[in-house]
Amino acid sequence: MSALYQIEDLRLSLPDMTRKPMFGAAPRIEILKGMSFTIPKGQVLGIVGGSGSGKSTLGRALVRLLEPTSGSVRFDGTDLTHLSEPELRPLRHRFQMIFQDPMSSLNPRMSVARIIAAPLSLHGRPNPREGALEALERVGLPRSFGARFPHELSGGQRQRVGIARAIALRPDFILADEIVSGLDVSSQAQVLTILRDLVREMNLTLAFISHDLSVIRRLCDRVLVLHQGEIVEDAECEALFAAPKAAYTRELLEAIPEPDPKKPWFQRAS
Amino acid sequence: MSFLKIRDLSVILRGTNHRLLRGVSLDVGATEVMGLVGESGAGKSMIGKAVLGILPRSAKIVSGSIELEGVDLLTLPPRQRRHMIGQKAALIPQDPLTALNPARRIGPQISDRLVDILGWVRARARARAEEILHDVHIPQPERVLRSYPHELSGGMRQRVLIASAFAAEPRLIVADEPTTALDVTVQKQILKLIFEMQARHGTALLFVTHDLGVVSKICQRLTVLYGGLVMEEAEVGAFFDTPTHPYSRALLAATPRHTDPTADLTPVPEAVIAEARRAVAEADQRWHA
Amino acid sequence: MLDGRSLVKRTAGLRLWLSAGWLTALVIGAVLAPWIAPQDPLMQDLFTSRLPPFWMDGAEPGYWLGTDSLGRDVLSRILYGGRVALIVALIAGTATALIGATLGLIAGYFRGWADLVISRLVDIWMAFPPVLFAILLIAVMGTGLTSVVIAIIVIDWTRFARVVRAEAMAQGAMDYVASAQVSGRGRMSTLLTEILPNVLSTITVLLTLEMGIAVIVEAILSFVNLSVSTDDPTWGGMIAEGRLSIHQAWWVLVFPLIALFLTVLSFSQLGEGLKDRFDPVLH
Repeated sequence: MSALYQIEDLRLSLPDMTRKPMFGAAPRIEILKGMSFTIPKGQVLGIVGGSGSGKSTLGRALVRLLEPTSGSVRFDGTDLTHLSEPELRPLRHRFQMIFQDPMSSLNPRMSVARIIAAPLSLHGRPNPREGALEALERVGLPRSFGARFPHELSGGQRQRVGIARAIALRPDFILADEIVSGLDVSSQAQVLTILRDLVREMNLTLAFISHDLSVIRRLCDRVLVLHQGEIVEDAECEALFAAPKAAYTRELLEAIPEPDPKKPWFQRAS
Repeated sequence: MSFLKIRDLSVILRGTNHRLLRGVSLDVGATEVMGLVGESGAGKSMIGKAVLGILPRSAKIVSGSIELEGVDLLTLPPRQRRHMIGQKAALIPQDPLTALNPARRIGPQISDRLVDILGWVRARARARAEEILHDVHIPQPERVLRSYPHELSGGMRQRVLIASAFAAEPRLIVADEPTTALDVTVQKQILKLIFEMQARHGTALLFVTHDLGVVSKICQRLTVLYGGLVMEEAEVGAFFDTPTHPYSRALLAATPRHTDPTADLTPVPEAVIAEARRAVAEADQRWHA
Repeated sequence: MLDGRSLVKRTAGLRLWLSAGWLTALVIGAVLAPWIAPQDPLMQDLFTSRLPPFWMDGAEPGYWLGTDSLGRDVLSRILYGGRVALIVALIAGTATALIGATLGLIAGYFRGWADLVISRLVDIWMAFPPVLFAILLIAVMGTGLTSVVIAIIVIDWTRFARVVRAEAMAQGAMDYVASAQVSGRGRMSTLLTEILPNVLSTITVLLTLEMGIAVIVEAILSFVNLSVSTDDPTWGGMIAEGRLSIHQAWWVLVFPLIALFLTVLSFSQLGEGLKDRFDPVLH
């Protein structure tokens, strides 16, 4: 398998506005402290970590919503690291993103069909509306949903619209950032199943960011465990669950309350 | 004997016929941990809020009873009801960020309750606040008492809220998704703390959550809700062995298990949801008749 | 929640209709003033001075709301005065909104040095006391309708710039803006398709408020004789004159006051009503 993404010594720091002195520049906080990994074509990569681990920042650097401070992000041979927005634009249809909060990622003033069709018409695809309705069908929603507005949908339906928008351009890569963390378990399983099927059907490469290892296990081939801006473990999914190497990975695994009262989780206090 | 006894509780959306709770009955023993489980819109938080008398203005109790130690709260005049709830029950809220007043120090926010409800003098309340912060394993409690909420981490704030809930020695605590906003690793510490405090103080605990995993770890019994209707009420051990209601079975199957390599994603089948909806519609028909 | 919302919707509907009704009547009256005004608003006739309104003893037909101390018809003067008020409201309000909102959008969405420049400018601007600023401007430019309009724009654009900037910043942080960027939409195009529709309701409310403010400012300026020439009837001018004869002829003061009050109130209620009605998110 050839690599779709090659990330080398990726570093990213942001100014800390809460500690900005009255004059001069704000001190910078290092969020990504040098990460290197590759994502082979067709792989489903899980990225897991707690809050402050840098997982969302890493995701946003991959699709270049954020510009890395140093290091490099190569996508299918092209160095994206410091490309300007106009230079990125012709490439953008190849890597798409699904957002965490389907409510805030769908413009409340646009119909579902318009939301999905917008990127299509932007990239000059013929018949964007038809493309949008097809994408809706692919995520298991009836075409009639095209006329609805985001606030008329349930959480799970909204997130499926988010997926439809991402796949409508037929990208090579999709970044899914905590896309089920706001959903009920019933719609969670449904959204994940749809995503997994689409990955197979459309031959997608997927980076799946989550704080929940039990969700990652159901979906991913490989897992990156992040902790405070660094990769603490990079392993095949089965290997990671069978024999976690990093202490932080073990801590994460032990913290998941499995729905089984017979397995001890913490000692009952006397 | 049950400490909290709810019978046939119905809550409507004010100004409509729409019921948010559809004749809910449940009992919580004096030192029991009861889990309230359901998806969003199931009405699980609504029950806790009804018990504490903090329903939003848009919701209105139309029938049923809520008994604390045999006294029906709903028949008491408002003043007495508030007084009784204040003395006997407390809340551990969901969002540690908005539950503390950002403009006030931690100390008075804990001790105010003791002064207002129990009529303690300031000095005694302050001493108690320090003691209870110590109990929830907060290092340097005297420093935290003087801090403002924004100076504390999310986990630390949740500890403060737990301390605050237990400070007046209530007999019942309603925990409304207290760990949803926290990291998994912090969640475990917080749950452990709630559990430890509950056991030590012998409090009844009504634990509202969407996470069956959490229920299996800390509850003795649980009630599964759908659309404001009780689907199943069971002992935790029996429930996780063999849930009797199809909806509970589907919910349990949809909850991911990370230790089982063969388990697959199982969305709740449409038929099960349709069945649950039918039960809700039937309950409404009987109610309107 | 539903009950609260439907109540809000009902009263919002009533508000919308009442305020739109008054403003429509006013617009029609002002536009058709030359044809429907019962008298020439400038014609002085001392034989008909201080006639009371129609329901009182001594009223004359044709002078429905009475006359002032120079015998000029109050109703006709209110209708003509409405023209000045409405022209100022429309032109000054719209221009203020356009300028302020554009600067606010640019500052709030593009941030960076554009934001720095615009925000500092707003800060400095707001340090001037507005009424003195207006009087100073008019003293320099000379009195007249154009000066009044320009004075209002110059003073009040900051109101729009500040509020719209904050709103654009909030919208800019939403994921649908990031999503537009991921799908390759340019910055300017994102501003127009994603941000603008979401701040439009805020702009509408501010715009109608601003129209009301413009009416008041114009009245204040005519009250102190800094608006249009003293010959043309204005509500502020009528109020100033009516004040002198309040004990002999209260109607000269009260009717233009009522017109002013209803107009300003209607503008602000219109904005709120429109927002409630046309905001898809609230439905």
